[in-house]
Amino acid sequence: MRNKRPRSEAVARTCFWPIRLTSKLPDTMVHFTTEEKAAVASLWAKVNVEVVGSESLARLLIVYPWTQRLFDSFGNLYSESAIMGNPKVKAHGRKVLNSFGNAIKHMDDLKGTFTDLSELHCDKLHVDPENFRTFPSYVLSSFYSQLLGNMILIVLATHFSKEFTPQMQAAWQKLTNAVANALAHKYH
Amino acid sequence: MLTAEEKAAVTGFWGKVNVDVVGAEALGRLLVVYPWTQRFFEHFGDLSTPDAVMGNPKVKAHGKRVLDAFSEGLKHLDDLKGAFAQLSELHCDKLHVDPENFKLLGNVLVVVLARHHGGEFTPVLQADFQKVVTGVANALAHRYH
Repeated sequence: MRNKRPRSEAVARTCFWPIRLTSKLPDTMVHFTTEEKAAVASLWAKVNVEVVGSESLARLLIVYPWTQRLFDSFGNLYSESAIMGNPKVKAHGRKVLNSFGNAIKHMDDLKGTFTDLSELHCDKLHVDPENFRTFPSYVLSSFYSQLLGNMILIVLATHFSKEFTPQMQAAWQKLTNAVANALAHKYH
Repeated sequence: MLTAEEKAAVTGFWGKVNVDVVGAEALGRLLVVYPWTQRFFEHFGDLSTPDAVMGNPKVKAHGKRVLDAFSEGLKHLDDLKGAFAQLSELHCDKLHVDPENFKLLGNVLVVVLARHHGGEFTPVLQADFQKVVTGVANALAHRYH
């Protein structure tokens, strides 16, 4: 069990202070009320997965630039327009948001739903064959997943100003936190 | 902390922000999305439902007050710690607010700005504002002991 906080994360925490996933979310099943599930599903039905996914990932890379190191193989990330137009960013963003779509169908068992993805993100070493660099996937802890979750919320807010009520924001914040938690489950 | 261009972008954009509305909404959403924050506002009356929170006149008034202070801080981006020194002491010594909550409010403010300004709230503008809210949160926590 790794106890040492990775240096990159320690550096990141001193630079920017997003919400920390703290003991406020215990490691038990998260329960969503009927209203929360209905709210999430109603907004999801209107979401363009390609647009929201790619923009969310792009915003992560722009607002928190150190996350770009997780995507070294993606090519040109040197400017806002390069990131927004990068086809690999778009493709991966779409992939991430499709995964969210799956989460929404299984809101009562997010840990089970994300078991494979959790292992992928947390346990397997990532090897970049071009550079022969490895970085342990524990950098993909709940910290980073939570940042991406927050980006999804912001993109939803920009696209759906009317539908994104406080209750909608609360339901989606709960969902993104729970997904981040589920993704980190295999690490913890 | 911010380059000259970033400062110009932030203050330029802030000129379009309806501080009263955004302040009230940001505080209201904080209380709805992170319900434990309501413990600091029990004397505000009815916070029992999201609608009650968002319509609560004390929430609106206090939200405006908070964002007025934030606006004032934007004039001192080079010395946020100095600008927020007194408020930092107040929040620690008198109000006993966990500084973690300043980051939460900062994040909610960014969401509210995104909601009100849509595509105009570009990723780069979001990045600039994230630096500002982080700086303000740090400044508010600075005098804690």
